[in-house]
Amino acid sequence: MKSPTLSCLLAGLLAAGGAHASAADHVHASHAWIRILPGDLPAGAYVTLQNEGDQAVALNGAHSTIYAEVMLHQSSNEGGTSRMSAVDSLAVPAHGTAMLAPAGYHLMLMKASKPVKPGDTVRLQLSFTDGSTLATDFLARPANAVDDTH
Amino acid sequence: MKLRYLPRITLLLLLLAIGLLLDGCQRSEPLPLRLTNVSGHMPDLDFRLTDDRGNAVTGADYRGKVVVLYFGYTHCPDVCPLTMAHLHVVMQRLGPLADGARILFVSVDPTRDTPQVMHAYVNAFDPRAVGLTGSAHAIEALTKRYRTAFTREPGAADGNYEVSHGSAIYIFDRNGHARVLATPSASQDDIVHDLHLLLSTGATP
Repeated sequence: MKSPTLSCLLAGLLAAGGAHASAADHVHASHAWIRILPGDLPAGAYVTLQNEGDQAVALNGAHSTIYAEVMLHQSSNEGGTSRMSAVDSLAVPAHGTAMLAPAGYHLMLMKASKPVKPGDTVRLQLSFTDGSTLATDFLARPANAVDDTH
Repeated sequence: MKLRYLPRITLLLLLLAIGLLLDGCQRSEPLPLRLTNVSGHMPDLDFRLTDDRGNAVTGADYRGKVVVLYFGYTHCPDVCPLTMAHLHVVMQRLGPLADGARILFVSVDPTRDTPQVMHAYVNAFDPRAVGLTGSAHAIEALTKRYRTAFTREPGAADGNYEVSHGSAIYIFDRNGHARVLATPSASQDDIVHDLHLLLSTGATP
């Protein structure tokens, strides 16, 4: 026979769990890689996000123990001019996919605390607008790597 | 009687020969290039810059090579490396012929792009890539010459800044004449095709 307090606590925890089902619970990350440039030049990180939930979620950045600064960026090419701009978030539609891929959305990684070499794995905590995070391992690839998803 | 026609026949044969000769000349002139053909519409390759080994170089130093010219900057983590990586694949596909070509990566951010930074950068992509930097004036002269532009975007608090720049790829023949223009999204097959054509014709080093 369970005590009423324990039942209440369990019910409360379950309810809390249901109400706070975070964005990251429904999102799968794949094809995560970083293009490593020489020296301390900023690097671009790419990943495919798949949302299996019924609600749209939005990526708004990432954190890393190696890179002091990570920014969500978008490259554009208008009238023959390449431009890069910071964006607040990238929506991943319900039961849909969002791609961070060369010449589009990417995470710009800056100020590495130690050199990252091709072949290394770098863990990034992807963050979503609801505050949840998703730990994702990114494979460091050489500067002249060509994205093989296309 | 028959002799009367001889001068006429000779003239006819002569005209025919001239015709064939002219036809031959014309046929060898326009190369079947696939990318946007700019032959005769853009000035020859000319600049005064510093290469990634710290040497003063001019456009004339690259005569004898087919030149692939691209403007960018090293603090560009996405589009510039993507273009350079694609050009590297193009060079690989050309095989030994690629030794007759050079990728000239011109920095539009000379404040940060010193020859040393450029050296490490271009070599991370292709052994036939050369990094060019120089005074803001010299770089502006080159961008104006090829009707492209670059602007420094408003800087961030930490002094970091982005640069927007023309994304075209210019290809020059061995004589320094501008021949074709490609966009970064141009098909790799077309770039390989045109470079192959320019590298195999008029191969006068």
